Amino acid sequence: MTATVETPIATSTVTRRSSLRRHKTLVHLTQAAVLIVVLGGWQLWVGDDSRKIILYGEPSGIVNRLRTWITVGTAIGSLGSQILVTLEEAVIGFFIGTALGIVFGLALGRIPFLAEVFGPFIKVLNSIPRIVLGSVFVLAFGLGLESKVLLVIVLVFFGVFFNAFQGAREVDRNFVANAAILGASKWQVTRQVVLPSAFTWIIASLHVAFGFALIGAIVGEFIGGLEGLGVLIKTAQGTFDANGVWAAMVLMAVVALVAEFLITALEKRLLRWRPPQLAGPDI
Amino acid sequence: MSSAPPPAIELHNVTKRFATPGAEPYTALRDLDLTVAPGEFCAVVGPTGCGKSTTLTLVAGLERPSEGTVRVHGAPVGGITRGVGFMFQSDAILPWKTVLDNVSAGPRFRGTPKRDAVTSARDWIRRVGLAGFEDRYPHQLSGGMRKRVALAQNLINEPRILLMDEPFSALDVQTRAIMSNELLTLWELTRPAVVFVTHDLEEAIALADKVVVLTAGPAATVKATYRIDLPRPRTVQEIRFEPDFVGLYQQIWQALGTEVDIAYASETAPAESRAA
Repeated sequence: MTATVETPIATSTVTRRSSLRRHKTLVHLTQAAVLIVVLGGWQLWVGDDSRKIILYGEPSGIVNRLRTWITVGTAIGSLGSQILVTLEEAVIGFFIGTALGIVFGLALGRIPFLAEVFGPFIKVLNSIPRIVLGSVFVLAFGLGLESKVLLVIVLVFFGVFFNAFQGAREVDRNFVANAAILGASKWQVTRQVVLPSAFTWIIASLHVAFGFALIGAIVGEFIGGLEGLGVLIKTAQGTFDANGVWAAMVLMAVVALVAEFLITALEKRLLRWRPPQLAGPDI
Repeated sequence: MSSAPPPAIELHNVTKRFATPGAEPYTALRDLDLTVAPGEFCAVVGPTGCGKSTTLTLVAGLERPSEGTVRVHGAPVGGITRGVGFMFQSDAILPWKTVLDNVSAGPRFRGTPKRDAVTSARDWIRRVGLAGFEDRYPHQLSGGMRKRVALAQNLINEPRILLMDEPFSALDVQTRAIMSNELLTLWELTRPAVVFVTHDLEEAIALADKVVVLTAGPAATVKATYRIDLPRPRTVQEIRFEPDFVGLYQQIWQALGTEVDIAYASETAPAESRAA
């Protein structure tokens, strides 16, 4: 009896698994085809036209440029140190900006008086195009690390702040009341109820925030810097080296993807208490 | 006389108004008197929106009365009342803590060393029948199991007063009966005074020593109090067939039914028509 019941279930699992594999293969093949069409089309369209190569670059040239940078080095020093400089600016600024955003967001979300006092200031600061502050920082703090880190901080801060603020205000009131009745102090409520609850909001902002951190570091180097990927791009642009600009962009994309992977891992770790998300492909 | 212990809960002439945006303040309770003795199981029934839950928040210290006094063990309530447990209608256990962390949260908040809190939490988890589920997160549990966690989370603090706001209303009928029985068993262990808010009269009579009927809101107050002298220990599913139970049910329903009709009429007709 059991055998007759189990067999069809087992086969159906196998068929489902193999059909799932086939589906995945199809997706990957289609993705490869899209890449080939875009890059191949670009390569063919540019062809041997040297004017087009200078203006638009070409995929094979980009690969060559990357190879030269890796083996020989760039015009402004080794490739590794350029990436490290930009990463250092972005990561330091990202952590400081995120920490400040969380602290201020939770504080203003928890204490209405602070929100009333500082709300207008934050709105005004948020409404100015903060990227312009890059010029101020370069003038005030020079061409080194500090000016870029500061620019990254102001770019990262606001996104995280607004999410932390909203997250702190949207905490289920029953959770807070329950914890208070169980004996939690104000600080314990903030730490063990408000912060974890707000984390779903905060984490969502981190994905965007790291993108801003990279933008801040690169633009900071554009505005005034001696080394880093931004300087590399600026140099390439100045020497009509479209391939160089594209190659630097490829590198930034890799950095951003690695960061995205790490943030997603952090998200999975911190939000493992949540029920599994709705089915469907992730982007 | 002075040696007699003060009542566990004493609400005297309590009126509670809530500010409403723009309009007149909303009066939830008016001149409400309620006394619960230590170890007494008191059920509060009344039609929807009659301020049953408000009564509980006043005792817990989550809200202050607009007029009148609320005393717990003789002391007036100011701030969150100590020695009180509160079971909410919706889930209030923390979804980001495991069962073990949720149950041990109370003692940990109060400064008990982690090891002792965990030992005592495991004990209570076993007592509510959740042994083996210590490492689960709330979303991995059924509704009934989450209620068990909430019960353990409150009882571990050994409250002298347990406030329950329609705690089992979201459960299906069978689970509800099982939970009610378990509640009675656990209540016998530490014998806190209980205020159990419900709109299910059968549940109220089956569980309580005393059933308090509130009038229809707004401005609800106590309509009548009934003593339930059914023998303990009780089995919730069986006690409803006792002749005494049926008699009490009919008697209390006469009072409650009138209020339910009034509440229903006020929901369907404009307020002026029933003001007279």
